[in-house]
Amino acid sequence: MPTTTYDGTSVTVDEEGFFTDPGRWTEPMADQIAREQGIETLTDRHWQVIKFMRAEYTVKGTGPTVRVLGKASGVSVKELYQLFPKGPAKTAAKIAGIPKPRGCI
Amino acid sequence: MDKRIVILGSGTAGTLTANRLRRLYGESECRITVVDQNDDHVYQPGLLFVPFGLAQPHTLVRSRPRQLHDGIAYQRAEIDRVDLDAQKAHLGGGSSLDYDVLVVATGATLLPEETEGLTGPDWEEKVFTFYDLPGAVGLHHALEHFDGGRVVVNVADLPIKCPVAPLEFAFLADWYFQRTGIRDRVELTYVTPLDGAFTKPVASKALSGLLEEKGIELVTEFTLGEVDGPGGRLISYDEREVPYDLAVVVPLHGGAEYVGRSPGLGDELGFVRVDQHTLQHPDHPGVFAIGDAAGLPASKAGSVAHFEGEVLAHNIGRFLAGQPLDASYDGHTNCFIETGFHKALLIDFNYDTEPLPGHFPAAVGLPLLKESHANHLGKLAFEWLYWHSLLPGRELPGIGSAMPEGGKNHVHA
Repeated sequence: MPTTTYDGTSVTVDEEGFFTDPGRWTEPMADQIAREQGIETLTDRHWQVIKFMRAEYTVKGTGPTVRVLGKASGVSVKELYQLFPKGPAKTAAKIAGIPKPRGCI
Repeated sequence: MDKRIVILGSGTAGTLTANRLRRLYGESECRITVVDQNDDHVYQPGLLFVPFGLAQPHTLVRSRPRQLHDGIAYQRAEIDRVDLDAQKAHLGGGSSLDYDVLVVATGATLLPEETEGLTGPDWEEKVFTFYDLPGAVGLHHALEHFDGGRVVVNVADLPIKCPVAPLEFAFLADWYFQRTGIRDRVELTYVTPLDGAFTKPVASKALSGLLEEKGIELVTEFTLGEVDGPGGRLISYDEREVPYDLAVVVPLHGGAEYVGRSPGLGDELGFVRVDQHTLQHPDHPGVFAIGDAAGLPASKAGSVAHFEGEVLAHNIGRFLAGQPLDASYDGHTNCFIETGFHKALLIDFNYDTEPLPGHFPAAVGLPLLKESHANHLGKLAFEWLYWHSLLPGRELPGIGSAMPEGGKNHVHA
């Protein structure tokens, strides 16, 4: 597994850059991960989604899909794509330091 | 004991559960009541063939109550809501059913109106779904009059029933247009929210290869945001566009509507939260879900309901006897994928093992992840097995609930 450094701390990520151990994530890491994803500044709306992602992961063991985000995070799917243009579920999961959402089969 | 088992839904999962329970437990042990809002049981795997004139719509529909064994009560009613604390299912017309065990088997519902523009003026004119019988029939007429142009097959977003069906539709469309002699005038495109043709890497690679061989363009990571009917375009949330002359869209799916009116029963999409191995609700031990209605990390497919059925019927008996649940569903799924020209491929997988090449159910058997005429015959034979083995709740010869490991070749994508 590759490792990378955020906020001076070494963390393990998978081949696509998702955290393998969400416990290693701290809030100050989010800005740097966001910039790597092409998001210069994290607004309150971004943070609402990021916190929702972590809460969902804690309860369910996987990050939510974009449809669930649109229904339950308080941010519509349209706005989610404005906040995270490269795909809200994956990008927000990466910034929130949780593994890649399993999605659906 | 005289326990009351209420099964909501009389599709594949509800019917086979009722029949399995009736066989396992005597009428003095439990009363079984099945509820559905209409009496028409549709053989859903047949819907794929209707648009191409390969199945006659009326042959796919049979009576729901007639699929149930003697000693099972059937009630036709709308379901209003479930009161989990009172252990009561409220039905339309003000009646209700008290239960000791509730089985939610009301499947998945199509939600085309949730996508902007999908049910606009082009709906059932140039934009179709084959996921219900009227839609499949409408698409059949449209294909008969189609003389060339851009045909787009799109999955709006997951989860959907039978995730391989849209791929099969694309393969059969290629065959159909060759047979009608206009393939050179048809541009076929497969548009998916996934990052490949399928969810799992080895199968995704094989199926992408088949699309390419058949000259079907693949557009990935496209989550349908809007259908622009007048402009003839599908538009994704990230503002990419795919033009069409004829669009075949698999709409968003959700659980049955009453699930949303029953606090604590379902998740955000209306699917019922249950343990992925025991099929029991985490907060209400007398509540179980099976088939498409269950919010599991498994495909929404008839084979899943069949393999779950054995586990569920056993666990319900254990629960009613006050014993710990000891049967475990492993995520086993088995799908024939029709690829046109009288061939099909077969995939077999579970929660832990992705679809792999090899043979099923053992080293000597049907080829896995590889086109063959034998698999096509298997797919056709399945219709008889569905009505005469699967729904009555019988085991299929040589195929158990647990996924067979022998015969599979572990390879990497």
